[in-house]
Amino acid sequence: MTKVFNLVDLDCANCAQKMEDAIRKIDGVEDVSVSFMMQKMTLTADEEKFEEIKKKIKKVCRKVEPDCKIEF
Amino acid sequence: MNRKQKNVLIRIIISLVLLIAIKTASAFSEIVCDYELIAYLIPYAIIGWDVLWKAIRNISRGQVFDENFLMAIATIGAMFTGEYIEGAAVMLFYQVGELFQSCAVGRSRKSIASLMNIRPDHANIERDGKLETVSPEDVNIGDTIVIKPGEKIPLDGVILDGSSTVDTAALTGESVPRDVLTGDDVVSGCINLSGVLKVRVTKRFGESTVAKILDLVENTGSKKAKSENFITKFARYYTPCVVVGAVLLAVLPPLITGGDWASWIHRALIFLVISCPCALVISVPLSFFGGIGGASRCGVLVKGGNYLEALAKTEIIVFDKTGTLTKGVFNVTAIHPDIISESELLEYAALAEHYSNHPISRSLKDAYDREIDTSRINDYAETAGRGVRAKIDSAVICAGNNKYMDEIGVKWHPCHHVGTTVHVAVNGEYAGHIVISDEVKSDAKDAISNLKKHGIKKTVMLTGDSKETAESIAASLGIDEVYSELMPADKVSNVEKLISEKSSDKTLAFVGDGINDAPVLARADIGIAMGAMGSDAAIEAADIVLMDDKPSKIADAIDISKRTLRIVYQNIVFALAVKAAVLALGALGIASMWAAVFADVGVSVIAILNAMRALHVKSK
Repeated sequence: MTKVFNLVDLDCANCAQKMEDAIRKIDGVEDVSVSFMMQKMTLTADEEKFEEIKKKIKKVCRKVEPDCKIEF
Repeated sequence: MNRKQKNVLIRIIISLVLLIAIKTASAFSEIVCDYELIAYLIPYAIIGWDVLWKAIRNISRGQVFDENFLMAIATIGAMFTGEYIEGAAVMLFYQVGELFQSCAVGRSRKSIASLMNIRPDHANIERDGKLETVSPEDVNIGDTIVIKPGEKIPLDGVILDGSSTVDTAALTGESVPRDVLTGDDVVSGCINLSGVLKVRVTKRFGESTVAKILDLVENTGSKKAKSENFITKFARYYTPCVVVGAVLLAVLPPLITGGDWASWIHRALIFLVISCPCALVISVPLSFFGGIGGASRCGVLVKGGNYLEALAKTEIIVFDKTGTLTKGVFNVTAIHPDIISESELLEYAALAEHYSNHPISRSLKDAYDREIDTSRINDYAETAGRGVRAKIDSAVICAGNNKYMDEIGVKWHPCHHVGTTVHVAVNGEYAGHIVISDEVKSDAKDAISNLKKHGIKKTVMLTGDSKETAESIAASLGIDEVYSELMPADKVSNVEKLISEKSSDKTLAFVGDGINDAPVLARADIGIAMGAMGSDAAIEAADIVLMDDKPSKIADAIDISKRTLRIVYQNIVFALAVKAAVLALGALGIASMWAAVFADVGVSVIAILNAMRALHVKSK
């Protein structure tokens, strides 16, 4: 399943990249792309684990880029 | 500027004024001099508190190579080595650069968004003779909507009543408005310019052209180009390397030579300031974003930076014939009677073919352009793939191809015109023939020659049409290779063969109209679909979508892609060169921290400004 989420206060391109790298490592994530320009995240992940993955993403992003909020 | 940016601006002004005040005061007053560190800490705190705070927060989470952390170390380090002004000023300039960066990115984001400002916000629906304003999402298929002059067409539909001119510029880049009349289709996203239109909706909003395009544009960022991936990979190693370099620079030389610690630490701090890869990381996607935005302004939708990159490396372009290079509309192009008049020949042919559903009979009827009196047609019989036979008035008319004439034993002669020939026999005697052919698009020839000028090595045409027709069209357009009489599956295998022939670092593009060629669009390195206004299949199957029917747009798109790539390379080379130079000079003790700040934010700003050029495409 692929979904697109808005990102709020994503301030630097490098952080976007770091977020992408960190999310990619989460189990069950098939593909992810964080677009700094569009302030959007495109996530392809296992449908059954989607909610669980979303929680993990939240946690990872708090660590990598605490200022950025994901509009789940 | 948003509130956050305004806040930073105010802090910049306050700390700048304070810095100047302290500097001036310290020249006159002994007291200020004695408490210099404390005095400079005030503007430093005002401008840098958020950086320091983020540094502490991120380091506690294990983010060692965080730019805030590096900046904090560099400036605090400068303070410790006694360079108070430098410490505060470097932080100040860092913030100025960051502010400029965020404004520039915000602006380019906005200008691209405004390019795609085609989302209709309301529809005037007609219910029981009264007009109601509703959201386009709430309109159903079959509803009647009214579009007033100046309004955006909210949904795809067909005009029930009214005539007008519509501005399609937002979709196609075409500046000349298009005239529409009752019975014509209208496409959502265009602007109704002059008259009131009453339109019956044929698609829900989600399936309408405008929604498809918006969806496509919003997802452009998710496909990243190779050079974008290169730079992010590079950034991953760059920062740790420079930081390690800084540590070695601070520790090793003084240990070995027993030199002055403060001077080497200062040099190491310069390294830390340069260690942020932001200039690179931001300018590359921004350039691609600008290029995609610029292309959409010309009516070319590119689905991602990777396709823009691939397009710049195109070596072979393969065209589908019908609907791509030709109009896909069959017309009578020649009438050659032998024993009767031209109008008689056409009349017989049109009447005889009246009951046939073949596209050829439709074009014959269109050319005849008069009411057909069906009582004149009797004893109709059709032989599939051959022709038709009917009794018109008292004469027996046979109309069909070469094989049909042979079968009924009528001696025919071939035509020198290229196209599909329909022979007509009256009472068993050859009466002449009519040639039907597809017209070549007016800009097709220029399109091919322009592509050659843009460095395309080979142009190829694929078609299911006959060999003679295909070769004559290819010759008139200047196409290098032709493959004719192909079945749809043959097109894929032909494209595969061509892909294996091209140079490995170059790409092959296939151009089609999205009808019946989706597998080929998908197989080619770059699938270009044209005439997307109204064709969903094309939008979905292709990587690049030309909004109108003009093949000449391909050369424009290649132009834009090359220009964007040039800007991307300029930025990469420029940023790396400046950083390397300042790193080298810094290690030798020649470059100051000012130079380092320039190499960081200054380079970012210049790279961003350069990237913005990609957005500005010369309108033709």
